Parts: sequence; C-alpha cells; structure tokens
Amino acid sequence: MKTFTYRTATDVSGGLEPGAAFLAGGTNLVDLMKLGVATPDALVDVTRLGLDEVTELPEGGLRIGAGVRNSDLAAHPLVRRDYPVLSQALLAGASGQLRNMATTGGNLLQRTRCRYFMDAAKPCNKHAPGSGCPAREGDHRNLAILGASEHCVATHPSDMAVALVALDAVVNTSERSIPLRELHRLPGDDPARDTVLRHGELITSVDVPPLGLPSAYRKVRDRASYAFAVASVAAAARVADGRVIDVRLAFGAVAHKPWRALIAEEALRGKPATKESFLAAADAELAAAEPLRDNAFKLPLIRNVVAAVLEGLTS
Amino acid sequence: MNLVVNGVEHDLDVDPRTTLLDALREHLGLTGAKKGCDHGQCGACTVLLDGRRVNSCLILAIAQQDTPITTIEGVDHPVQREFAAHDGFQCGYCTPGQICSAVGMLDEVSRGWPSAVSRDGADPLSDAEIRERMSGNLCRCGAYANMVPAIREAAAQ
Repeated sequence: MKTFTYRTATDVSGGLEPGAAFLAGGTNLVDLMKLGVATPDALVDVTRLGLDEVTELPEGGLRIGAGVRNSDLAAHPLVRRDYPVLSQALLAGASGQLRNMATTGGNLLQRTRCRYFMDAAKPCNKHAPGSGCPAREGDHRNLAILGASEHCVATHPSDMAVALVALDAVVNTSERSIPLRELHRLPGDDPARDTVLRHGELITSVDVPPLGLPSAYRKVRDRASYAFAVASVAAAARVADGRVIDVRLAFGAVAHKPWRALIAEEALRGKPATKESFLAAADAELAAAEPLRDNAFKLPLIRNVVAAVLEGLTS
Repeated sequence: MNLVVNGVEHDLDVDPRTTLLDALREHLGLTGAKKGCDHGQCGACTVLLDGRRVNSCLILAIAQQDTPITTIEGVDHPVQREFAAHDGFQCGYCTPGQICSAVGMLDEVSRGWPSAVSRDGADPLSDAEIRERMSGNLCRCGAYANMVPAIREAAAQ
C-alpha cells in the first residue's frame, strides 16, 4: 500500500487537496488501496461528523445521513415499514460484517468495477486511462449489457443504490443536491469517473421521498448469499381495476450505474397487470441492450425477474 | 495511536497503513483473529468493534482509536462452549472469526434485525437464518453442519 497521511474531518463543508480522499467505512477503499488500485496521498476520515441519523422530513419521506451504516439502515423501523425494497436490497448486499462498517454515502461511492479494474497489473481504462479494456474479449460474464462503451463494460455493484434510484432518492452534498439517477455516470470515453461529483465534494445525506406503493427487491446471484448480483430488480407498483396505475423499476448488475428503467415504466403505465404486460415492458427497456459474447443470458434473466417481482407485488 | 482492546488501553507507534488485523496480530500479539483472504471475503479476521462484528482486515487501525475492540481472546460466551460440544470445526483456522461473528450475530438477532431470508413471525434462528446470517464466514473444512446447531443452542442460553 502506498503511504498516506490520515486526519479526521472537522466539518461537513468538504474540500480536499489534490490526491486526497474521504474515508468512511473503508470496506471498498481500503481494499482498493491494498491492491494498489487506489493510491491516495491523504485520507480524511468523515465518520466522526455525526452524519449517522435517519430523520423524517417535514413533507414526508426520510433523510438518511451519509454515515448511517448499511446494517442500521436495513433494520430501521421506518425503512422496513415504508420502503421494504430498500431494506431488502441492503440485506441482499455483502455480509453482516461488511454491512456493519459500510455507510450510505460510501455504498453509493464504491467503485464501479470488474476483475480487470481490481488488478493493478492489468490494462484497464478505468484505473489506467488509455490502456484498453480486456473485459470486452475476456471475462465479462457478469458485466454490463446496457449503456456500456468500447472503453468500459464494468458494472456498479451496489444493491442499495438500485433500490434508492427506484425511490427517486436525492443526494445532498457539501455543494448541492443531485437526483441519485444523475449521480453515477455512464462510462463513455471517460470511464475513470464513476460519478459527477467534483473532487472534495462530500455526500452529507440522501433524501428519500414518500413512496406509498408496495415495493420489493429481487436479486439473482451465483450462490445463495454473499455474492454480487448477476441481475437484480427493484420495483414498486400499484394496480387498480386490473391496470397498473403507478410503477417504479430499476435494474442492478446491468450497467455502469444503477439503471432506472424509465422506458419500462412508461410502457407499463395504464396497461393490464399481467405477465404479458410485465414482459413487454422489460423488453421495451432491454431493446437498447448490447450484450457481449458471454452475458446475453442477462436479457431473459432480467425479463423473468421483472415479471416475477411485479407479479408478486400486484397479485 | 491509541487502541482499546479487550478492555486494555495500548499506545502504539505504527504506520497509518496498518490494518486493525495487523495491529492486533503483529503489534499486540493477539493472534486469534486470522488473516485468511485479507480482503473481507472469508471472515477469518472478524472481531467486535464497539460490540459489532466487522472484518478487521479492511479497517485501518488509526481510524478506530478509542473505539472498544473485542477479539476472540476477550470473548467469554456460550458460543465457544457449544462449538466445542458440537464439534463445530475441524482445522480451527476460521473458528475465532466464526465465534466472534456468531456473538455479534446473536446480538443483532436480539435487537430484532432482519436478514435477507427473514419472514414476519418466523424463527430468526432457523437453519436457513443462521446460514444466511453467517454467510460472511467461510470454512474450508466444511464444518457448517455442526456450527448451525452450536449457534442455535448457544442462543438459547
């Protein structure tokens, strides 16, 4: 690991010198530092800023402090009651030990990654811009099918973020408020940047507006627990007179960012709440998919999970 | 830096790069927590940080000054006795992490925390629940079948 200096942040105003990074739970950053993929000169610890509370917003909804641990958020009574999709997504992610350290802000800012990004000795446009992307011809079974570029096909691994993007969450930083949908970037020709945040911009909280819909998260993975998603779906929906009157859908493990499925939502609104409608909506979203040699299986997988989750929510 | 481990305060002069796991093993001589994968994937390094189970390999020691740390050397819990009674290990390498994780997990259950397989009104310590809640700890000997009843019986005490 490269040497660095350490200090604790004293206020929430953000700001970092070049080469410095914020440290929260560290479950991703410290790992990347050990691997030589992240090489900060200085760490600024933001875990002692008191950003560890969940509060109710006056107009309804919740404000989740950036330092709230994933385990505390998953178990929070208001999250479990009003946003089961969020609690379920959190509990589907990582392990009990990791959830106890990982924070809300840190979970969002974990790196979009693949095995080549995690190996400092390999070419990767994300950790060494311009060095190429071995994943396109190599191991890409679990990589992106939507929104990728010739420069990067990595996926954002968070489960929590998929639920939050379906919930129209807003990220509050030391400088501004950003809809979560716009926080993460697609790779384009600059895959080194995962988000639109400026250097030194500090996430302080995440606001989740009222939902008022039944919701659920379904994650498919290669083993039953403690594995990244191969595909996941966050959904919320309500049916009246047999028709879908409101719906939210987001997909995980399909893109460089948590993927809000707005095309599918639009295709579904007002349609009969049937398996045929659900599959057609998924197809509408996946029409833009560009699968690679070994990950086209994600298309029928997402399609079937969308139908299964929506059938569960609307039957 | 100042670390509080098993109720004892230690003043250490170590590099900021030192993980909590390395501080415990290499500087304090507490070799119960094991370095398995060193990337948070196996759970052998599990300790309790302010009572919560965590992977000590992914934590910088310098960031945990003054936070009470409990290692297997400081644990006195029925889980230990039940692991022995049920033969909940073979080579023993993962055992300190398994036990610290189980102690932390039982505290989570007592606080009503759900898991990914929890259903309203169902037993939070069914076989499926224990397996899900303990999935952050790997055992290459495959002693899981005996750990599950050991943990359940410890919980009843």
